[in-house]
Amino acid sequence: MSTEMYQRMKANPKFQDLVARRSRFAWTLAFIVLAMFYGFVLVVAFNPTSLGQPIAEGSRWTVGVTAELLMFIFFWVLTAVYVKRANTEFDALNQEIIKEAWKDKK
Amino acid sequence: MMRNLLTSLALLGFSAATFAADAVAQTEKQATNWHAIIMFCIFVALTMGITYWAASRTKSTSDFYTAGGGITGFQNGLAIAGDYMSAATLLGLTAMVYTQGYDGYIYMLCFFAGWPIILFLMAERLRNLGKFTFSDITAYRLDQGKVRTMAAISSLTVVCFYLIAQMVGAGQLIKLLFGLEYNVAIFAVGILMMVYVTFGGMVATTWVQIIKAVMLLSGGTLVMVLAMSQFGFSFTTLLEKATSVHKLGDKLMYPGSLLKDPVTAISLGLGLMFGTAGLPHILMRFFTVTDAKEARKSVLYASGFVAYFFNVIFLMGLAGILIVGQNPEFFEGGTIGGKLIGGGNMVAMHLAKAVGGNMLLGFLAAVAFATILAVVSGLALAGASAISHDIYARVIMKGQASEATEIRVSKIATICLGAVAIVLGILFEKQNIAFMVGLAFGVAAAANFPVLILSMYWRGLTTRGALLGGYGGLISAVLFVLFSKSVWVDVLGNAAPLFPYTQPALFAMPVAFLLAFIGSKTDSTARGKTDLEGFDDQWVRAQTGFGAASAANH
Repeated sequence: MSTEMYQRMKANPKFQDLVARRSRFAWTLAFIVLAMFYGFVLVVAFNPTSLGQPIAEGSRWTVGVTAELLMFIFFWVLTAVYVKRANTEFDALNQEIIKEAWKDKK
Repeated sequence: MMRNLLTSLALLGFSAATFAADAVAQTEKQATNWHAIIMFCIFVALTMGITYWAASRTKSTSDFYTAGGGITGFQNGLAIAGDYMSAATLLGLTAMVYTQGYDGYIYMLCFFAGWPIILFLMAERLRNLGKFTFSDITAYRLDQGKVRTMAAISSLTVVCFYLIAQMVGAGQLIKLLFGLEYNVAIFAVGILMMVYVTFGGMVATTWVQIIKAVMLLSGGTLVMVLAMSQFGFSFTTLLEKATSVHKLGDKLMYPGSLLKDPVTAISLGLGLMFGTAGLPHILMRFFTVTDAKEARKSVLYASGFVAYFFNVIFLMGLAGILIVGQNPEFFEGGTIGGKLIGGGNMVAMHLAKAVGGNMLLGFLAAVAFATILAVVSGLALAGASAISHDIYARVIMKGQASEATEIRVSKIATICLGAVAIVLGILFEKQNIAFMVGLAFGVAAAANFPVLILSMYWRGLTTRGALLGGYGGLISAVLFVLFSKSVWVDVLGNAAPLFPYTQPALFAMPVAFLLAFIGSKTDSTARGKTDLEGFDDQWVRAQTGFGAASAANH
């Protein structure tokens, strides 16, 4: 019975749309995080002194501390952005797909 | 003698392998700390009450493993934070910032960066496909018996290494903070853990983790605020003063010796990021929520708490440089710059005492003990579910076991794991166990994660590929650690390591992926064909959550 439902959902163009949109969104965000994080790791590995420089002449804030603090905040903001969109837009579409699959059955 | 505390603390939750060598100190038994003991007793009484209440609601297997799937996203977010942040976060990382400055902050980012990835690529699929253990997902369309056995073995490997690290660390820490004997401390932790898990299952474990997370967050925040008030809440003032007195001087804010070569830095980053995504006790938490929506919210809250707390720790460590590091009262013999009383990891505790007196010190010590209990309980439950749900109910009984016997088996498994943890904790007391958490994260990243992610994303994965990849990752991660400096030289006493790096992930993960790929591609068996055919249904369910295990009304 489930297999039948799964096939009906899969045949629904909305399903393809959901998968395409959500995957693109998730992978884009994941790519941003991975690129920034491993970029940072590479700077730590290859050019550590650059991170110890002050962000402005005479300031005690260093480039490294500032960059990291911003990453903590930015990564968390990205999680919030994903959760917001997935829990509203994508989930609504998802519910439609399931509902339509049930309707087709009857 | 000079071996254990910093190491074991670091181990409490961290890949200590990299900073093991320079961060070792044996703990000395301190005078009995009554404030701490009283506050800890309040915590135990409260959690025992919850366990008693939870026991009455733990009837089905779903109650036992996943609290009936009725935990909200916010509660689960706190519980994940409580499961993930161990005593090492509070003590080990504060100490790391105190001695190494900016390096500690880099480490914290590594521990944090895995969370967004877990959310984007895994959280909703975990919830949509899994029921009780992550093997439910890897074995979804593959050969149940073989794949579950493999997943259970690697889960238990991770759990055991992590448990040893936690137990030894707990013994040392409690000896230090509460003035109890090492063995008494080990028995106390082991027995409390058994009581929480056997009677209260996931409901009790979740609440222990939630309470602990609230205590940890509030205790840390209080210490940080009191400490920062001495610097007019100015980060600039704090940095200026800290760099002027620290022996590293301006180098305090530079990346230092921890990540000196690129291979280690990248391997560490990979291991921590994907190890987090392969820890069975963390993955299991995703099955406790109602649906994918709540699973996503869990990560949002959990990562918020973790990120916030890491920044609190950074400030505590820097403030410690001035408040603790410049006060002769906290040094042995009263010489500033000498040995800290109780060892290097006591920075957070001394800081609490300096800014809030004995009451705050007692509170923070109780938080540290509660932290250990919450983490070992989560581990024990994950280990027990691998034994009872995967091996007993699915492999041995082939799904024919009744719920009552399955729960009984998981309770027996919990008691056995508790006993094993106590015995190993005592056996390893004097050992250098710095490699254990590195090994746990390494195995999680190389054995659990690749097969899990491939089973969700790659149609071509077959039973044979999963087995090759899983066992290959497990064996290679263990061997890389065995031949590295932290075991081959530091534990076995050989002259030179056979494998030059301390972090296995960069090498063991490709082995696992490659073996899984080759094993699947060359698979022409009938089983392999069935495996591929099962992907479509799994894919639709992973995306829509239709047919996912639903929540009980709690």
